[in-house]
Amino acid sequence: MAKDMSFEAVMARNGEIMKNAVGIDYDLFESGSIAFDYERMMRETGYDLQEIEEIQRETGVGDTPIYELRNLTKLARKFAPAGKGARIFIKDEAANPSGSFKARRAATACYHAKKLGYKGVIAATSGNYGAAVASQAAMRGLKSIIVQECYDSKGKGQPEIVEKARKCEAYGAEVVQLSVGPELFYTFLVLLEETGYFNASLYTPFGIAGVETLGYELSMQFREREGRDPDVVVVTNAGGGNLTGTARGLIKAGATDTEIIGASVSLQGLHMASDSQFNKKSFTTGHTGFGIPFATWPDRSDVPRSAARPLRYIDRYVTINQGSVFYMTEVLAQIEGLERGPAGNTSLAAAFKLAQELDEDKIIVVQETEYTGAGKHIQPQLTFAKENGIKVIIGDPTEEVPGENIILPKDPSYIKVEEIELDRTRRSYIRNCIKNTKVEKVTKEDLEFLIEDTKSNEEFVKKVLDEFGVAY
Amino acid sequence: MDARKGDWVRIHNIVLEAGERAPNIPEDTQNVPLELWDKGFLLNEGANIGDKVEVETYIGRKMEGTLIEVNPYYEHDFGKCVPELMYIGRQVRSLLEKDGE
Ligand SMILES: Cc1ncc(COP(=O)(O)O)c(C=O)c1O
Repeated sequence: MAKDMSFEAVMARNGEIMKNAVGIDYDLFESGSIAFDYERMMRETGYDLQEIEEIQRETGVGDTPIYELRNLTKLARKFAPAGKGARIFIKDEAANPSGSFKARRAATACYHAKKLGYKGVIAATSGNYGAAVASQAAMRGLKSIIVQECYDSKGKGQPEIVEKARKCEAYGAEVVQLSVGPELFYTFLVLLEETGYFNASLYTPFGIAGVETLGYELSMQFREREGRDPDVVVVTNAGGGNLTGTARGLIKAGATDTEIIGASVSLQGLHMASDSQFNKKSFTTGHTGFGIPFATWPDRSDVPRSAARPLRYIDRYVTINQGSVFYMTEVLAQIEGLERGPAGNTSLAAAFKLAQELDEDKIIVVQETEYTGAGKHIQPQLTFAKENGIKVIIGDPTEEVPGENIILPKDPSYIKVEEIELDRTRRSYIRNCIKNTKVEKVTKEDLEFLIEDTKSNEEFVKKVLDEFGVAY
Repeated sequence: MDARKGDWVRIHNIVLEAGERAPNIPEDTQNVPLELWDKGFLLNEGANIGDKVEVETYIGRKMEGTLIEVNPYYEHDFGKCVPELMYIGRQVRSLLEKDGE
């Protein structure tokens, strides 16, 4: 009998398809309630840091250089109070094969897929990760399929995503492109079932453990060149894997005093699944449209339990407007001689402002860059924005309305960050845990899990549970 | 005949019709179909744009769809001049020069 390939039938086979496609039995880590054993999942299905370093070395991943951005630091100090203006550094992750830190995530996933005997890998991604998977798969002799959300219903594609498709094809991948909508997941499942390939999800322990080397390297590099760990690491945050992996790597290096600040581009007001708004945004990652939903419910991803859990590690979360990131991308090229980004420069733009709060002898690190190229560059992205009716204005970024305009700061003093009140994010996460597991009473284990998963404390979690009328 | 067997082509499919979309998505998205594009080597002896065809994708999967393009190529580029960006480099360079160092 032929399998039922209808939308409902395929979606109903999700659990079974995923089990075959990631080779992990997630049930092993479940408590049956809210809690699951995160560390056990990371330990038993992943590789230790040394193994991952070796795996990544085999395919030229990692060991990326650090540059001190002396001119940018000087510029920041001009707008900082006397004695303020931390030294700004950047880790040039664009130096990885395929041009971003995502190579670290793909390296372990592809190694693991090869080891388990899969013939190919599939990833659902419109971003750098596709190129990373295609590149690592090429090195490991695996076939690859990348599934992208690329076009609106008029067939217009974000230039940045089109460029990603090109790059994936350059590495021999098949690129399946879709119009806007979360039902991409259905096509993804159909492909997994048909091919029997490995799901190189961004959110497995392999992927996240692959980023740990970034945090670890950071600490080692700074101890070597400056004799100490960085004071602040700023991370461009979307699905949370970049932040989670980096923070875990820093902790493994013993850099427990380093403050982890997440930064996302504010796309407030734009709906990510809306066909008509799809091309109104000028960022396809690093934005709040992913950052907030994934922080408040990480298990929305394509695996049952996400290894990317940003609230576990984040100390502070700020947003910045699109125009400031574009401005900073131009500044990076003009005074530091580095043409990178733009999306990856979200943390750079935030760091420029954050450095002004810190003493001059402090060290603030922008932990990644990404490659730039046709389509993936401020000019084509702003050209595209204008074609979609977005006004490009030079003025006060606080007046930017995502989907209507992009405001480039009049001068560097106009670059500001906005705080996300993390306690509210934590509260939403706890609410989602309750809603999605439908528990009436949280267990002792749940309570401990929630404290850890929100990096908060017993008092806070209990207060939130009281508020929602949930017993513990 | 627009394409011959073995030509590199682009095909198009409708995955879900407008009425079949997931219920929890915005209305504007529900009102349009979920479309799919892929590329491969044409397996039919010959075909014209708009024909239903079968292709073998680059990694060797077989797939059917409507032929929409032969020898597809990328048109993305470095965009047009964005005059609004022109002040930035000069501005920050002159701020640094004023340093007196
Ligand atoms: C260059 C770059 N920076 C940051 C991110 C955000 O990473 P994450 O989704 O793990 O938060 C991405 C991923 O989309 C990226 O490609």
